[in-house]
Amino acid sequence: MGLFDRLKASLGKVRETFTAKIDNVLRRRKIDEELYEELEDTLILADVGVPATEELLERLRARVKTERVEEAEDLRRLLQEEILRLLGEPVPLLLPPSPPAVILLVGVNGTGKTTTAGKLAYFFRQQGKKVLLAAADTFRAAAIDQLEIWAEKSGSLFVRQKEGSDPAAVVFDALQAAKARGVDVVIADTAGRLHTKSHLMAELGKIVRVAAREVEGAPHEVLLVLDATTGQNALSQARLFKEVTGVTGIVLTKLDGTAKGGVVIAIRKELGLPVKFIGTGEKIEDLAPFNPAEFVKAIFD
Amino acid sequence: MFFGLTDKLQEVFKKLRNKGKLTEEDVNAALREIRLALLEADVNYKVVKDFVARIKERAVGQEVIQSLSPAHQVVKIVRDELINLMGGQNARLNLAPKPPTVVMLVGLQGSGKTTTAAKLALSLKKQGRRPLLVAADVYRPAAVKQLQVLGDQIQVPVWSQTGDPVEIAASAVREANHKGYDVVIIDTAGRLHINEELMRELEEIKARVKPHEVLLVVDAMTGQDAVTVAETFHQRLGLDGVVLTKLDGDTRGGAALSIRAVTGCPIKFVGVGEKLDMLEPFHPDRMADRILGMGDVLTLIEKAQSTIDAEQAAAMQKRLLSDDFNLEDFLEHLRQFRKMGPLDHILSLLPGFGGMKKLREELQFDEKELIWAEAIINSMTPEERRHPEIIDGSRKRRIARGSGTTVQDVNRLLKQFEQTKRLIRQFMGSKHLKKKRFPNLKF
Repeated sequence: MGLFDRLKASLGKVRETFTAKIDNVLRRRKIDEELYEELEDTLILADVGVPATEELLERLRARVKTERVEEAEDLRRLLQEEILRLLGEPVPLLLPPSPPAVILLVGVNGTGKTTTAGKLAYFFRQQGKKVLLAAADTFRAAAIDQLEIWAEKSGSLFVRQKEGSDPAAVVFDALQAAKARGVDVVIADTAGRLHTKSHLMAELGKIVRVAAREVEGAPHEVLLVLDATTGQNALSQARLFKEVTGVTGIVLTKLDGTAKGGVVIAIRKELGLPVKFIGTGEKIEDLAPFNPAEFVKAIFD
Repeated sequence: MFFGLTDKLQEVFKKLRNKGKLTEEDVNAALREIRLALLEADVNYKVVKDFVARIKERAVGQEVIQSLSPAHQVVKIVRDELINLMGGQNARLNLAPKPPTVVMLVGLQGSGKTTTAAKLALSLKKQGRRPLLVAADVYRPAAVKQLQVLGDQIQVPVWSQTGDPVEIAASAVREANHKGYDVVIIDTAGRLHINEELMRELEEIKARVKPHEVLLVVDAMTGQDAVTVAETFHQRLGLDGVVLTKLDGDTRGGAALSIRAVTGCPIKFVGVGEKLDMLEPFHPDRMADRILGMGDVLTLIEKAQSTIDAEQAAAMQKRLLSDDFNLEDFLEHLRQFRKMGPLDHILSLLPGFGGMKKLREELQFDEKELIWAEAIINSMTPEERRHPEIIDGSRKRRIARGSGTTVQDVNRLLKQFEQTKRLIRQFMGSKHLKKKRFPNLKF
């Protein structure tokens, strides 16, 4: 199965619910106020949020007028195009010309950082890269053991310290080891933290500073791991994590459920942060680079 | 928590308050704002529709137009309906007449089941029960270990085996019968509500151990999908209640409103921090007060009562209410607050705090700053603590040297003190608080 088909298959539920709703709205009728209202409901239900939804609808209305669109069915194409416009172009990973590349995973509790670290390690291993996983979540009980299992599964090197030790020290160790052993990619898993806890956010700031001191330009990617079931609070998460750690992109996880993760549209619109990967299952290969065009196509077609 | 919604609704009602009477247009304007605020708070859009329709029905009616203070009337209606929506009275955990009570925690991945299991066990242990934790998550790497570590921390035994989760649950109940544990808390693996195989496994566990409580653990930051998830779990398992986790962030927590409205299942507990004693009962009326910016004085007081002895609390309350609140009191305050838990959580419970967004941001100190603040105040003379206005430049330099801080730090502390004082005056001036809340206090 190709990448696109796999994406389509794993987005099955999203397609079923979201696309079926859009179909229902568009079938059988002319373009009227009621139709716009139902489209609005559908977008809100996908967690797109009020401001982004309003912008999408305004653009739709304007284009319907200027392009003299009469068939409701044609709205589907317009909507696809407008969502795509908000999602923007795909943004590639920012990896340095000379290794090691340093990737930091951050996010609130329970979004899937540790699992994503494992999948990401596997992703780079598949490209023949030498990968090191750093267990910088020293807070959650057994998080280190969990990551170690992923390191074994993906065939990555693993750096850890005791539970409760300073996460910045773990990252320091990991970077030393990476330099000594010629590692291509270092992936650091950090403890989940609510973005409103200033002392925990300061701890992340320290990790970033330590990384920057040890490897030029590091961390090259700071990925915010976001649970697709999250609602509008995701905006606040993205804003605060970006402030403290300079987030470069988003990993949208748990897209194999019924949640649409529409809030990433609002995040791209308001903060300019692109989605870089999506998680579509619990298996180690269930992580794919995000391509807006393919994603929109997979949802609508 | 719920700050955003609180701020928004207060804005709406401020507009209303400035007018003598309500026209239908006024009501519509307010309703539009309420609708937006609720949607931004992630309340499910169908629930919002019903809610707004109910408010409109009551608000546009005679009672508002003819009442003397229509704005207050609308506030009251919105509050009543919010409480209504969230389920009226506080729901408790059903304990079986004949032990052991079996509690089963279910939910999506990452919602906080394992942490909630430990929190629940600790809270039951504090009530004199003998809980047994059961590690039935055999899928996620190291999940069993996580529960064991937490069990060690709170000194509650953890039952674990390899193999089939249904068997693990059943053998745990046998173990409880055998050893006299009176509550069995089963931590199941996180799963998607659309994963047929894993949902069937939950049904089998339920059929086998016949739990008295099946609790759905839901992340308070969940968006519109909360309703779909809760409905599916409810259909398959017949939920007895919901635990809302991660409410200590800045989420507006619309999921709390939607889930109850759609499934009819009461929210029984809320998780308000990572520490294991941070599980609180859910009180719909208090939550509604928070949403409306009335603060949550009752929770604060309960918290104070459980951490501070009554005499101290009475003294503290008295000083809080007195006009000559000085730096000594401020220091005492900081110490008491530190005992009660993270400051931002405590502050979020204060009435009126929801509407004071700016002040809230200014008052953000973290735990380390509190230690500094203590050092700074300790370096002052008693005279300076009682009369901070006498602290001039040279005194500031001495205080900074004595506490190992800088003059800027001393200045910042003095500013924070002034703000706290102002804050206290502000809600001292609130008639609502003085008349309606404090007469009932037992200290």
